Amino acid sequence: MNTIHVEHQNILVVFPHPDDEAFLVSGTLAMYIGAGAQVTYACLTLGEMGRNMGIPPFANRVTLPAIRKEELAASCRAIGIQDLRMLGFHDKMIEFEDQQLLDDQIMMLLKELTPSLVITFYPGYSVHPDHDATGAAVIRTIARLPVVEQPLVHCIAFSSDHEKMIGKADVTIDVTAYLAKKMESIQSHRSQFQAAELVGERDLNDEEIQSRFGTEQFWTYRFD
Amino acid sequence: MLPIHPQDIQFQIDRLAGQDLFLHLEVSSGAYANHLDSSRPPASAFISNAVIRYTQGSISGTGPYRVGLKTEQGWIYAEGLTHVDEFETEQLIMAGHDTQGKLIVALQLGQNRF
Repeated sequence: MNTIHVEHQNILVVFPHPDDEAFLVSGTLAMYIGAGAQVTYACLTLGEMGRNMGIPPFANRVTLPAIRKEELAASCRAIGIQDLRMLGFHDKMIEFEDQQLLDDQIMMLLKELTPSLVITFYPGYSVHPDHDATGAAVIRTIARLPVVEQPLVHCIAFSSDHEKMIGKADVTIDVTAYLAKKMESIQSHRSQFQAAELVGERDLNDEEIQSRFGTEQFWTYRFD
Repeated sequence: MLPIHPQDIQFQIDRLAGQDLFLHLEVSSGAYANHLDSSRPPASAFISNAVIRYTQGSISGTGPYRVGLKTEQGWIYAEGLTHVDEFETEQLIMAGHDTQGKLIVALQLGQNRF
């Protein structure tokens, strides 16, 4: 089922919110790390404007950033991510942020790490304005690199019109072997994962976990 | 957070009256409102660390609660408040959550910035 066989030495993941990594790429990252990859996760915000406060609520607007910071670190430990960078931007404000500041930080990471693979959101097809703005910044910055220095970019897309616009994912990864790590990553986000549209309060059985979380999909970004 | 007991809130509102305070005021449908239900347009707003001073204020309703604060030039208002953070003398942190536990409104007042 896996449509990818390439090994990567350095991988850079750029998402705006703690927990973006858990639901979308934790199995894939665990797989690459198992094969020897070094993963840097640049998380742009602390998700401090998140609306999930735990059920019943144990977080509030003031305590949420510190809580989510710890959840993020725990999730990274579960996946095996070696290098977590919290870039300190404000949740929900990425699309309004100084683009130069954003792009410069991403460019610094690209120069420092020279990743062969970058994972981010597909701009325009990722629903949350922070997702789209993050993906746009990454694509914009990589497009400024000489073609020979441009890493492979795998994007996440899930807007309701994404398939009509960009077709089906060209990379599908079976993460069955990494589901234990993936569920541990998801559950690290204690204030978030019980939300009804995510995992829900009910314990899922193995079959449900397999069908909902067993594969991860990506769209390779074409710069031409 | 704890469920709101209005008399405790009133006591704290009175205590914080008449001084410069930092305000965080927010309502949010969430960024996924329209993605999850196309009949629901997303609508959210927040203002963070505005400096305000109110001369009088009160909590009203039977829960979820409303709070109105009268400033020298206007008003501050929030509806749908259900929970309050444990009381600290220098701040009042209230929020409203929907049936899924998601924050839909927040009203915070504090002597120190948030």
